[in-house]
Amino acid sequence: MILEDVRARLQAEIPGCQVDLVVNGSPSAQNSLLIDRQHGLEAARLLRGLELDYCSNVTAVDWPERVQTDKIKSKQVVDGVEKEIEQTVKTTIPGYLEVVYHLFSMSKKEGPVVVRMRTGNRTDDVTLPSLTPVWRSAEFQEREAFDLYGIVFDGHPDLRRILMWEGFTDYPMRRDYVPPPDDDLEALGER
Amino acid sequence: MGPQHPSTHGVFRMDVRLDGERVMRLKPVFGYLHRNHEKIAETASYLAAIPYTDRLDYLCSMTNNWGYALAVEKLAGLTVPERAEYIRVIVGELTRLQNHAGMVGFLLQDMGASGTPLMYAFRERERVLDLFESLSGARMMCNYMRFGGVRVDCSAEWLSEAAKLVAGFGSFLDEFEKLLTGNEILMARTQGVGVLPRELAINAGVTGPGLRASGVNYDVRKVDRYGIYERFEFRVPLGEHGDVFDRYMMRVLEMRETLKILEQALRDIPAGPIMDPKARLRGLRPKVGEAYGRIESPKGELGFYLISDGTPNPYRYRVRPPSLINLTVLEDMCLGHNIADVVVILGSIDIVMGEVDR
Amino acid sequence: MDQDLKTELSKHGIFATSFEELYNWGRKNSVWPLTFGLACCAIEMIATTMARYDLARFGAEVFRPSPRQADLMIVSGTVTKKMAPQVVRLYNQMPEPKYVIAMGACAISGGPFRDGYNVLKGIDRFIPVDVHIPGCPPRPEALIHAFMALQEKISAQQLTGESRPRHLKQELPSEFPVPEFGEHGLEPAQNDEVFRNPLKVLQG
Repeated sequence: MILEDVRARLQAEIPGCQVDLVVNGSPSAQNSLLIDRQHGLEAARLLRGLELDYCSNVTAVDWPERVQTDKIKSKQVVDGVEKEIEQTVKTTIPGYLEVVYHLFSMSKKEGPVVVRMRTGNRTDDVTLPSLTPVWRSAEFQEREAFDLYGIVFDGHPDLRRILMWEGFTDYPMRRDYVPPPDDDLEALGER
Repeated sequence: MGPQHPSTHGVFRMDVRLDGERVMRLKPVFGYLHRNHEKIAETASYLAAIPYTDRLDYLCSMTNNWGYALAVEKLAGLTVPERAEYIRVIVGELTRLQNHAGMVGFLLQDMGASGTPLMYAFRERERVLDLFESLSGARMMCNYMRFGGVRVDCSAEWLSEAAKLVAGFGSFLDEFEKLLTGNEILMARTQGVGVLPRELAINAGVTGPGLRASGVNYDVRKVDRYGIYERFEFRVPLGEHGDVFDRYMMRVLEMRETLKILEQALRDIPAGPIMDPKARLRGLRPKVGEAYGRIESPKGELGFYLISDGTPNPYRYRVRPPSLINLTVLEDMCLGHNIADVVVILGSIDIVMGEVDR
Repeated sequence: MDQDLKTELSKHGIFATSFEELYNWGRKNSVWPLTFGLACCAIEMIATTMARYDLARFGAEVFRPSPRQADLMIVSGTVTKKMAPQVVRLYNQMPEPKYVIAMGACAISGGPFRDGYNVLKGIDRFIPVDVHIPGCPPRPEALIHAFMALQEKISAQQLTGESRPRHLKQELPSEFPVPEFGEHGLEPAQNDEVFRNPLKVLQG
């Protein structure tokens, strides 16, 4: 199943659906499709119709705000002479939470087709559509993403904490989680 | 039921609502062994995460290592030499043998045969663990696979010991089957109990012997053809009804197929290097990117998803645990059955809490 | 009593002992553990009870599933914060005399998972432990050694005086408070009457 074909199908059949190809730099060459979250559920139903009937893995990733430094070369006129100058440009990429789905086809024995969805930011805009109505295997894994990262899945049949206890208020797998100082040894800096 | 209960395979809790003795609703509760494996791996280097993978599915440490090594090899673009691939297959299939034997033993203990089949199974398991100990230094937490090969080479004596074990295992299986498969109590308690329909199994992501018992021909060894599995002749047993008896028979039949693979591997193993010469273990810095690598572990499809950002530590390290996904359908399988059957159905799914909770 | 006299008498079929020895002999040879396996060490514990390293010959004949019938709790595996209240509750339900073996690095101090947010850094934060076994996982022989060490500890206890066991001292508690789930961790994080901070012990 070639990713570009899947992308073309998605864009053709769901109007307004933004699908971007995210290229993977490593030798594994597993590129992925970034689908916008408004059309997430529709896209999932279409993918299931393409016989991608097995959702193997649902992963949540935390991307905090980061600063990307790019060096841009540009030609500028300095003292009447055209020179090539290198400028350092810093762009701040806002933080977001991301969920990655790995889809396989059991009937055609193909895969993986990797699909991603991103939230708006890490604080208040953290809802994503739940793909549990399409693939039941996402049920526990989306609950885990909610428990450990704080992503709220719309349409999940039973969204509550799965690994930590009810009443726990932190999202431990986020990059900025600080564990409680419950140990005299650690508070004294002794490991 | 649980988390401390003689039959719950570790610290696992089920909130069961009963009407008399029939199950109306069942919600699994876990997290009692959540050991933050993924968070620890984000601060540890790629190499330092290997001992932690041993402790995921603590009965099958070699296959856990293999899954992780496969994922990192995909991420970093490493190749594995031939002898190392053969050794991986041999220890991986030995792991499958002892895991399936243990599963059958635990299933029968849950049914009430208090300990005897388990004693037989553990007797064989001890022999396999002796082999692992002489090869890698530890009985259970082997920490044996590396990115691009294996850690130490096996000697010719070890291979002949393994061949002796494989030759003797067939008669143990015959003895086991004579005592168990035709047993009336086993058949009455397992046939028709905990049926998992085919469509639900695929949709819920059930993998491993549980999926094949429902009639779906999907074995990652045959689909992905990772390692050198395509050189070996073995069949994939399939079930018809998807009940507990089929899942039990899957394990027994897979043990026989595993013996075939082992005989072929032990016969054909070549001499040669055991590590990829380009592989760097310490300070491995894969390029920025991600990879998903999966193997057929004895419990199902074990996958590792790694995102690298160019530093020696993984940015995101995720384990796709087969036991957790296989538990999705526990409620569906148990509805309408008696409470005694719940324990049997849970035993037939074969979960290990180290993997469910990580 | 003089040892030679004892041997001489036993040759005539007369067995001489003290109440203390008899009491302790009976207690130490019939320690029944609770089926309490948490994680990987549980598999080694099961292997210890199997045919190869038989634990039953030391008196641990049956593993009782109910805490009301057990004498020994072998905490085998990582104790997480989610599980800790259940462990303490089970310990409270065991009748005196009761003993605890902390098996494996995780039960002693958190083990390799010490950095985890959900891992309790050692079960001796909440309940008193009698024998610690290092290892990850400890070999079955190590568990048998720990069992024998526990038997020696029991046989060294006296019926009267300061070194009598806890269940004969009325003023010592046999039940310990169960921790509650807090918002960020357990409350309280440790039981200060039971837990001895190793750093403070080293500093004197």
